Amino acid sequence: MIQFSNVTKIYNGNVKAVDDVNFTVQKGNISVFLGPSGCGKTTLLRMVNRLVPITDGTISINGTDTSSLNEIELRRKIGYVIQSNGLFPNMNIEENVCIVPKLLGWDRKKQRDRFNYLMDLVGLAPDEYRNRYPHELSGGQQQRVGIVRAMAADPPVMLMDEPFGALDPIIRTHIQNEFLQIQKEVQKTILFVSHDIDEAIKMGDRVAIFKDGKLMQYDSPAELLANPKNNFVRQFVGSDRAIKSLSLYTVADLLDQTKLKPVKNKLTTPRVSVDTNLREVLSTLFNGSESELLVEDHNKQVIGSLTIADVQNYLQSNSQTA
Amino acid sequence: MQSVFQYFTNNWSYILELTFQHFQLVATAVVIAILIGVPLGIYLTTNKALAEAVLQICAIIMTIPSIALFGLMIPLLSVINQGIGFLPALIALILYSQLPIIRNTYVAINNVNPDMRDAAIGIGMTTWQRLRQVEIPIALPVIMAGVRTAVVLSIGIGAIAAFIGAGGLGVLIDQGISRSNRDMVIAGAIGVSLLSIIADSLLGLVQKKLSPKGA
Repeated sequence: MIQFSNVTKIYNGNVKAVDDVNFTVQKGNISVFLGPSGCGKTTLLRMVNRLVPITDGTISINGTDTSSLNEIELRRKIGYVIQSNGLFPNMNIEENVCIVPKLLGWDRKKQRDRFNYLMDLVGLAPDEYRNRYPHELSGGQQQRVGIVRAMAADPPVMLMDEPFGALDPIIRTHIQNEFLQIQKEVQKTILFVSHDIDEAIKMGDRVAIFKDGKLMQYDSPAELLANPKNNFVRQFVGSDRAIKSLSLYTVADLLDQTKLKPVKNKLTTPRVSVDTNLREVLSTLFNGSESELLVEDHNKQVIGSLTIADVQNYLQSNSQTA
Repeated sequence: MQSVFQYFTNNWSYILELTFQHFQLVATAVVIAILIGVPLGIYLTTNKALAEAVLQICAIIMTIPSIALFGLMIPLLSVINQGIGFLPALIALILYSQLPIIRNTYVAINNVNPDMRDAAIGIGMTTWQRLRQVEIPIALPVIMAGVRTAVVLSIGIGAIAAFIGAGGLGVLIDQGISRSNRDMVIAGAIGVSLLSIIADSLLGLVQKKLSPKGA
């Protein structure tokens, strides 16, 4: 659990980069810091591992005030991933990954086991990459190694500063999905800086929106899209927030509320699985010539059909209750 | 040309002895210059104002003609009875070597990608660990380039040191001029050139060896 209480950063006596920020990030959650350039999100992130000294207020991790700890030891317990991956060009992949374990004095075998485990986790064959150098890897592979390095000493907390910002959209989507899978397994408490609302909705359990150093709203993505607290948030999430919120729900969620219509034509209509998100469902409906979709359960059995009206009804009833 | 070759074959042991003296002088000077210049260059990256001043002073030292610097050293070092010979030559070469070594170290460390520095600090490295494991290895090729410049420079200036009795290949040039022996002068000049080329090539290999494989 990470708790921000009255956190303030003042530069040069009067510029408030972070202004009296209060919120709590639950253990095992991803909290996305979102906002335009210069809103203080990166400054706030860097205050957690004290790369930026705090002016006022406290940040505590699991109840311990970070300012009471030795900053070197604090940083070794917090994974840190930056946009440009920050891999050291003079070290091979294994040396890069094992920096913190080595600083912490782990023995060789433990370091190697950890390296092998983590590389497998992100889908890079340990033996193939061990002795290679960062410049020999693609951008996506480098960023995976950057994440592996941050997780090397198994820190409970990770800070990620626009970790996927430099990747092309296809690779980015891929790594985002991969990372969410990994997070299901490792359950870290993650602070994640982004300027991309779609990324925030996708990655965040909670999203914190900042403007001029002030926290505008801190809520789940669904709540943020359904009920933006003020004009700034409304503008920032975009006028298409209803469409965006569709990616938060799957056909299965819709089934909890709506009964599917019986199937008319089993052969020609396109099919979707119950795990498909509603944004894709809508897009498939718009693309195809048919006005309805067949829904399949996990055993590929057709269980009913779905139309645009169903999606619309679901969204409207949802935004009223949220 | 024939007579120069003749001179070489007749006096090879004397020439080798002078070459060794020359090498000894330059090697001692550059090693001391590295021990001073590299730490100083690294320190200067933390203090920009001081860096400007130090680099300026080094540049000014560079502009003093070597013969004048040797001349200045005579009265100063006469106090401890070392006005001429090895010591003033050594000090002069150390001074001349400072500019390429300090400047290259300063520039190389300053040019380490700020993201590398940020990552190193954020990961929990101490200043010393960061310098030793990340910044110096990345900066090493450029620092070595400065050392090579210093070596070649010192071999050239070292030839002048013969005029204040420091020995070395400059002795051949000095004596050759006063005896109007052209072969001797040419032999000395060729010796100095060969020494420079060999030293520079060897250091080039060292530089290659020290350069990080991945950079």
